[in-house]
Amino acid sequence: MKKKNLAALLMAGALCFGLLAGCSNGNNPGGSGGGAVTIKVGGIGPTTGDAAQYGTATEWGAEIAVEEINALNGPVKLDFKYEDDTGVADTAVSAYNSLKDWAKDAPLVIYGTTTTAPCVTVAAETYSDRYFQLTPSASSPEVVKDKDNVFQMCFTDPYLGTAGAEYLNSKGLGTKYAVIYNNGDAYSTGIAEAFIAKTKELGMELVATQTYPDDKTTDYTVQLNACKDAGADVVFLPIYYTPASLILAQAKQMSYAPLFIGGDGMDGMLDMEGFDKSLAEGLLLMTPFSAGAEDERTQSFVKKYQEAHGILPNQFAADGYDCMYAIYEACCELEGLADMDSAALCDALSAKFGGGQFKVDGLTGKGMTWKDTGEISKSPLIFKVENGAYVDAQ
Amino acid sequence: MSFLNNVITGISLGSIYAIIALGYTMVYGIAKMLNFAHGDVIMVGAYVCFFAMGSFNLPPVAGVLLAVVVCTVLGMVIERLAYKPLRAAPSLAVLITAIGVSYLLQNSAQILWGAATKTFRPIVEGSLTLVAGQLSISYVAILSVVCCVIVMVGLTLFTGQTKMGKAMRACSEDKGAAQLMGIDVNATISMTFAIGSVLAALAGVLMCSAYPVLSPTTGSMPGIRAFTAAVFGGIGSVPGALLGGILLGVIETFGKAYISTDLSDAVVFAVLIIVLLVRPAGLMGKYVPEKV
Repeated sequence: MKKKNLAALLMAGALCFGLLAGCSNGNNPGGSGGGAVTIKVGGIGPTTGDAAQYGTATEWGAEIAVEEINALNGPVKLDFKYEDDTGVADTAVSAYNSLKDWAKDAPLVIYGTTTTAPCVTVAAETYSDRYFQLTPSASSPEVVKDKDNVFQMCFTDPYLGTAGAEYLNSKGLGTKYAVIYNNGDAYSTGIAEAFIAKTKELGMELVATQTYPDDKTTDYTVQLNACKDAGADVVFLPIYYTPASLILAQAKQMSYAPLFIGGDGMDGMLDMEGFDKSLAEGLLLMTPFSAGAEDERTQSFVKKYQEAHGILPNQFAADGYDCMYAIYEACCELEGLADMDSAALCDALSAKFGGGQFKVDGLTGKGMTWKDTGEISKSPLIFKVENGAYVDAQ
Repeated sequence: MSFLNNVITGISLGSIYAIIALGYTMVYGIAKMLNFAHGDVIMVGAYVCFFAMGSFNLPPVAGVLLAVVVCTVLGMVIERLAYKPLRAAPSLAVLITAIGVSYLLQNSAQILWGAATKTFRPIVEGSLTLVAGQLSISYVAILSVVCCVIVMVGLTLFTGQTKMGKAMRACSEDKGAAQLMGIDVNATISMTFAIGSVLAALAGVLMCSAYPVLSPTTGSMPGIRAFTAAVFGGIGSVPGALLGGILLGVIETFGKAYISTDLSDAVVFAVLIIVLLVRPAGLMGKYVPEKV
């Protein structure tokens, strides 16, 4: 008798927690008797090497979400492991293989990779091996192309370029436009090409298109001189914040002060240790996330992240956080989850994400949905830097 | 005017390459090894200066001095622990060890200081504007060139006039014979690493003042460039490193400005190949046929 009571109590408790966890459609997910189903989430991204700052951000952001999710005592628990790929494609495949070994027979979902080139390679593997894959930040259309199992949490590159050109045009900002981009990088090139195409379509005068070969480049005076000589009053920088901070510093040194506008890769610049924030004054950036946002969820995330790692989270961390909740909430809505292996889970999740009905509220957007191609639908926020902080410039 | 600007950028960048190249060349000349960890010592120097100025609010001069001291100790420790035991080993083993040390330094830096890029506060700020604002020369660029010249003159005097310098030259000619003449070869090699590391610290601070971003991999690319400069000028030759460094900086900047920003590296290396075809030992190197 006593034993039964205890079991009933536990059941009731588990159900209560299940409700609290906010599994919206209330289906009893597969696991009978209230035992939570554990899904293994294998993350891949660079935690060493040149792109380490982005990989560690996606790792840490996801870790916070996993901790929160597991503390919910919901019907699904996530078992999280992160492997370093150093931002290199063949290392990413080794990392992927070691995650497969780690998961053995448990259902595995792949989270990553952080950067585009490794992600394209790993996506080809997960497509044929049938693992569901959600990347926080690999934004090239190549990543999801012709693969039903791969989804993105970030914008695709062309989308950001098009949005940038439309924004400048509709606000009447500038008369002569220039773009400086990293043509050794798929992210940067993707945005720049879409931007260039859109400026032509809208009849905007593009006076200079400048490139540099990799983010280790430190001298941009030649490119800036070309923009200055062409009389550009708006310079579009679809690049990451480290090279962008050098461009801003060097532009100031040569007394060139156009309007600079950048994409989500710019987010994080203000938090660089030792960065002179006055350099970024007036800078526009399109990003889905701002650590300064007032809402409670962002504030709590920022606080936890800062306590754990001593720095402010950037968009990579926020995308990583949202990935975990998207996986969790989708799993909660699946029927018969407990009996699924990785391949069945892959098919079920792909159908869920690609179905167009599944919505997630996250730090990087409200009511985010996915197209069946794997691309996400959410709109960027446009911020202006004023007095060293983001101000809404929508 | 943009031509003059490019010349100035090229020369100041080249001076920094030259200071790094001097470190490569001296170590190669005496220890006959390529110290691939040299670039990462530069990074360590820059970090030390960054924290000295940023976290402890020391004046720039103290920051530079501290960086020099830390790098010197680091260079000597690396030499003692990693390279000295391999003195008799084949040169390939030493080369691989040097690559290993390079990764060790990069990854240790990442563990200690994190992967996030830091912005370096230049040790001197501002720039000199001439010709009614048309031409601007940053003080860092001037400082780089001045430092380069001082280092160059200092090293020439040191190797030419002092006892230690003479010992170094003797070691570079023939280690065995030098030892027979009563020169402490091990101490001489240690000294060379110490000097190389001083130069690395200086170069790190200057480079990060000119291009103020700092991350654990900051040193690797300039390290490779400077190594190229050292080969270009003739590895083992002190004036060669200077000439190679400055030429490399100027060619790189001109390649970007007048040929293509994408092809600037290709241009640099094409010039290197042509020079080596005509003068296999580099511009100022001595060609010594190997006896087999």
